[in-house]
Amino acid sequence: MKQSADQVLGTIAGTWIVARREIRDQLRDWRILTPIIILTLFFPLLMNFTAQQAVDFVTRYGAPIIGDRLIPFLLLIVGFFPISISMVIALESFAGERERLSLEPLLATPLTDSQLYLGKMVASLVPPLGAAYLGISVYLVGLMLRIDWRPPPQLLLQVLMLTTIQAIVMVSGAVVISSLTTSVRAANLLASFIIIPVAQLIIGESVIMFWARYEILWWIVVALSLIALVFVRMGLRLFNREELLGKEIDVIDLRLAWQRFWRAFRNGAMTPIEWYKDVLTSSLPSARWAILITTCMLAAGYVIGLQLAETFTLPIDLVSLDAIGEALKNPELSFGSLPGFDWRWVLYNNVRALALATLLGAFSLGVLAEILLMVPIGIIGYFAGNVALAGGETLHFLAALVLPHGVLEVPAMIIAGAAILRLGLAALSVPKGESLGQSWLKSLAEWARIGVGVVLPLLICAAAVEVFITPRIAVWLLTG
Amino acid sequence: MVLIETHDLTKHFGTLAAVEGVSLRVEAGEILALLGPNGAGKTTTIRMLASILRPTRGTAQINGFDVVQEPIEVRRSVGFLTEHHGLYTRMRPQEYLEFFGSIYKLATNVIRERTVDLLAQYGLSEASELRLGQFSKGMRQKLILIRALLHDPAVLLLDEPTSAMDPSSAHMVRESISGLRSANRAIVVCTHNLSEAEMLADTIAIILRGRIIALGTPKELKQKLLGDPVMELRLAGSLDGGLRCLPPGIKTLDTGKNWLRYQVAQPEIVNPKVLQAMTEAGVKVVTLSEVERSLEDVYLQVIAEGENNPGREG
Repeated sequence: MKQSADQVLGTIAGTWIVARREIRDQLRDWRILTPIIILTLFFPLLMNFTAQQAVDFVTRYGAPIIGDRLIPFLLLIVGFFPISISMVIALESFAGERERLSLEPLLATPLTDSQLYLGKMVASLVPPLGAAYLGISVYLVGLMLRIDWRPPPQLLLQVLMLTTIQAIVMVSGAVVISSLTTSVRAANLLASFIIIPVAQLIIGESVIMFWARYEILWWIVVALSLIALVFVRMGLRLFNREELLGKEIDVIDLRLAWQRFWRAFRNGAMTPIEWYKDVLTSSLPSARWAILITTCMLAAGYVIGLQLAETFTLPIDLVSLDAIGEALKNPELSFGSLPGFDWRWVLYNNVRALALATLLGAFSLGVLAEILLMVPIGIIGYFAGNVALAGGETLHFLAALVLPHGVLEVPAMIIAGAAILRLGLAALSVPKGESLGQSWLKSLAEWARIGVGVVLPLLICAAAVEVFITPRIAVWLLTG
Repeated sequence: MVLIETHDLTKHFGTLAAVEGVSLRVEAGEILALLGPNGAGKTTTIRMLASILRPTRGTAQINGFDVVQEPIEVRRSVGFLTEHHGLYTRMRPQEYLEFFGSIYKLATNVIRERTVDLLAQYGLSEASELRLGQFSKGMRQKLILIRALLHDPAVLLLDEPTSAMDPSSAHMVRESISGLRSANRAIVVCTHNLSEAEMLADTIAIILRGRIIALGTPKELKQKLLGDPVMELRLAGSLDGGLRCLPPGIKTLDTGKNWLRYQVAQPEIVNPKVLQAMTEAGVKVVTLSEVERSLEDVYLQVIAEGENNPGREG
């Protein structure tokens, strides 16, 4: 207990040593000081003036509500502009030191990785956040004096928390980028991955504030806090002295990447049978937690679908089992006779959906892939719910239309979802001593092993069953 | 006491073998020079010793600490003079040293005392009000040497300490390094400056393409690679008489009008016999001395051999 407390205190002390030097250095740099001063003092006064003019204008035309909504929004903007500088400072943190060749002496000291990373983060946060709070204060004092406006305490707290957490998200992301790039130029280019989502977030927040749905801002605070935690963890995980120092140029070595991928894909197997056994005994068991999570997510999708059926109920004549049975009797509508509905078409659609899920999941920590995979299950739940509301047996419906191929397709989706989840989370679990690229290629190889070895065979079988067997079972069960 | 010990130390960057199977021992009080051309693997080796780079294979212990298992202790034991000074140019020297001192958890008063002493010792007291951006190259180099010494480390790793310096600054820094030799400290100097290595080092390791291809004291390396010492005998008169009375078994290498050179394995035994023979024959000897052979000869020979036999290990 005492040891871990000492460790925490030691980390804080080292972090502060790094941060203090950087903060002092920033406060000596007129290129940083000038915009901070302008944004802290001049900009809030300008916003004061704008707010007053806007309020006067809209009041004249009998629309004071616009002014009421504008003032809190400007409060957010006044805080946001100074913190945007924090990202510039953070992007420069490691890449800039690298360019100035001052990084190696720092890396040779007994500072831990956490102390270095967090020190840089704190240093990037403190001056801009200080400026943001000061700017907000100047803006508020101006409003009190000019139009006697006082913010509701909850709104003020929300704005302060949003400002702080947005700064943390931007800085933690920017420090990750800075520690992974070899130059400030490259870091600035990659910063668009942060700037664009944050800009969209601000637009969203402005809509929410004009809409006066302030309670939603709390959810944004919670979501941003989680993202900040993920970024900080990712930064600590990816922080690698060797990469920082050893990486001289950012080039794509496709040949080396392919070699690494192929080595991980084969995993030492000499024959296809050996490889297949390895996939089943090594890759699949190692994905068990991800399989469990994906199963829970898909189950949640099904439940959501069921609940939606109660809200958006379909007409009984469309979803009763009798109506479905009647429809199946019509040869024009039977699945097998639909143009292009053969097993290859079904397989192609399923593979395409999983490819899209992989693309989305790879850049969203797996989250978007899970959501995408929940959709078809949710639709099944929705129809099952409607069947139940129409007086039919849910199990009967599922057994007729879903389960014959679903027993293969749903496990394939779950396993694929698990592999995508692991691929998306690869950036958060980079083994020490490995670069992000190496770790990601390994995860990609794992994803491909599971995809080729397990998911694809299941999908092929499911497609065949869906085309050749499911319609017959459906006709048999639903038409008597 | 062995302060630096490596065994089969290897570092690969992708497919590139930067350092391959380096095994070294450096005792307290010893200075080792890592000598080699640019890109030979010197910097990578000492970055592994400073626990900045992780070895691909092999082990290294610094002051008893393993570079992989105990990196923090290793870095605490090491003073690292980096090839590029990379100073924070808006800082003043005192402030800069206080920053590094605090990282090594030195007490504030200890940092102040050492800073004042070291700045005075290296002639930088006068510059204490300047920003580091205003320092000359020599002053910067001295300051980073002070930075490396501030926590009184057991091991000093000096990467190209005089690179790109003018001769007088380089001389000053060399003198400083020479003065750092202590009974409790081991020093590794990476350099491609032969005279610097010869002047400073007790042991020289010549590294080429990541491998140590020659290791020993300057004397041992010369003996091993250039053969037995070469003696030069200068006479007052012509050489003819001298040649006739040379003791049997002495192999002459070269001759001039009044001098000759011979190679001998045991000069302490053979030379008195030569002098006695000359005296007895009435040949007047002006000087008998060992011909100075430079480390450059050794280096060029070793590098040439290394280039011709890339698989050879030291």
